[in-house]
Amino acid sequence: MENLLNIFVKSIFIDNMIFAYFLGMCSYLAVSKTVKTSFGLGIAVVFVLTITVPVDYLIEKYMLKPGALTWLSPEFADVDLTFLSFIIFIAVIASMVQIVEMVVEKFSPSLYSSLGIFLPLIAVNCAILGGSLFMSEREYANIAEATVFGFGSGIGWLLAIVGIAAIREKIKYSDVPAPLKGLGITFIITGLMGLAFMGFMGIKL
Amino acid sequence: MLSKKNIKLLVDPINKNNPITVQVLGICSALAVTVKMKPAFVMALSVIFVVAVSNFIISLLRNGIPKRIRIIVQLVVIASLVIIVDQFLKAYVFDVSKQLSVFVGLIITNCIVMGRLEAFAMSNSPGRSFLDGIGNGAGYGAILIIVSFFRELFGSGTIWNYHVIPQSWYQAGYSNNGLMILPPMALIIVGIIIWVQRGKNRDLIEKN
Repeated sequence: MENLLNIFVKSIFIDNMIFAYFLGMCSYLAVSKTVKTSFGLGIAVVFVLTITVPVDYLIEKYMLKPGALTWLSPEFADVDLTFLSFIIFIAVIASMVQIVEMVVEKFSPSLYSSLGIFLPLIAVNCAILGGSLFMSEREYANIAEATVFGFGSGIGWLLAIVGIAAIREKIKYSDVPAPLKGLGITFIITGLMGLAFMGFMGIKL
Repeated sequence: MLSKKNIKLLVDPINKNNPITVQVLGICSALAVTVKMKPAFVMALSVIFVVAVSNFIISLLRNGIPKRIRIIVQLVVIASLVIIVDQFLKAYVFDVSKQLSVFVGLIITNCIVMGRLEAFAMSNSPGRSFLDGIGNGAGYGAILIIVSFFRELFGSGTIWNYHVIPQSWYQAGYSNNGLMILPPMALIIVGIIIWVQRGKNRDLIEKN
């Protein structure tokens, strides 16, 4: 339990997808003009990450790792399919996004209409594929850890995009040098927010 | 072959239509690899290869791809190319491949690749798409190398792993700026590059 909590806090604050690894920056910069839409996108990312990371974890554990196929037949003990992981992960993500989209549309039309355009875009959000790749690189011990990691990374991303959107709403009224307007100042603010987040480094529960 | 139009395809993305600072594509995997110049350079080459070749292949296939499933087709082509790059790096420059870790895989979701496929390769001939891919990859690589140059010079006092800051400076009290190695500085440097570029190129300034 303590271990899970540790992974959760770590994936939100210390290994924050945006401030530490710059993942999902494209949509982060493009959709962070108002708090409302960025909150919608953030929720969608949390949603998809929480689903895709454990699914990819299972696929990696039972299909791709060296010797993972032994549950089918002992002859496969030395089959190593890890080189296929990129293409399989991205296929899983694209299809999971599609499924999530259909399920949400069916059961919660109001959530669907607020997420609407963002859901399909998420398939090519680096944060999602990054979540799966980090999961496989860090070798989490069981599916609970992988799920918590996915959920925590999503929350960290949500936190970052809502934060920057709130700052951008305010900065509209400030006198920014003309060449820095828009994109430039957003980069610098993100950098400063990242520096603030560095303060969390070394926290251990 | 190299008519004026084609040269424009190659040169435009390096400055006036730069994928990172103007089109805002492909920042995702860009900045985390810029602590040192060597991984940044390898990353730039990999992206140039993936963008150019995938542009070429998709442009060849463009009339045969049904509109509704084009994203999946594009992803499959990109993912296969990235697997080739990944295996190649693992075989020949293993240490750099270790440093780049997940960021090679993340070329798949690099917005530059998808963005150029959608915006250019789907509606242009293979030759022109190939050049466009090289141009955009180079524009991306240029920013990567500029950022990594400053981060390595000020952060570790080296360029391409060679010490350039003389030892006497250190004895006189100069020390490396540890801040430069931290991830947030990459964002701030890109912000400053945008500032300089837009200051010189007034028509790029955003309205609102």
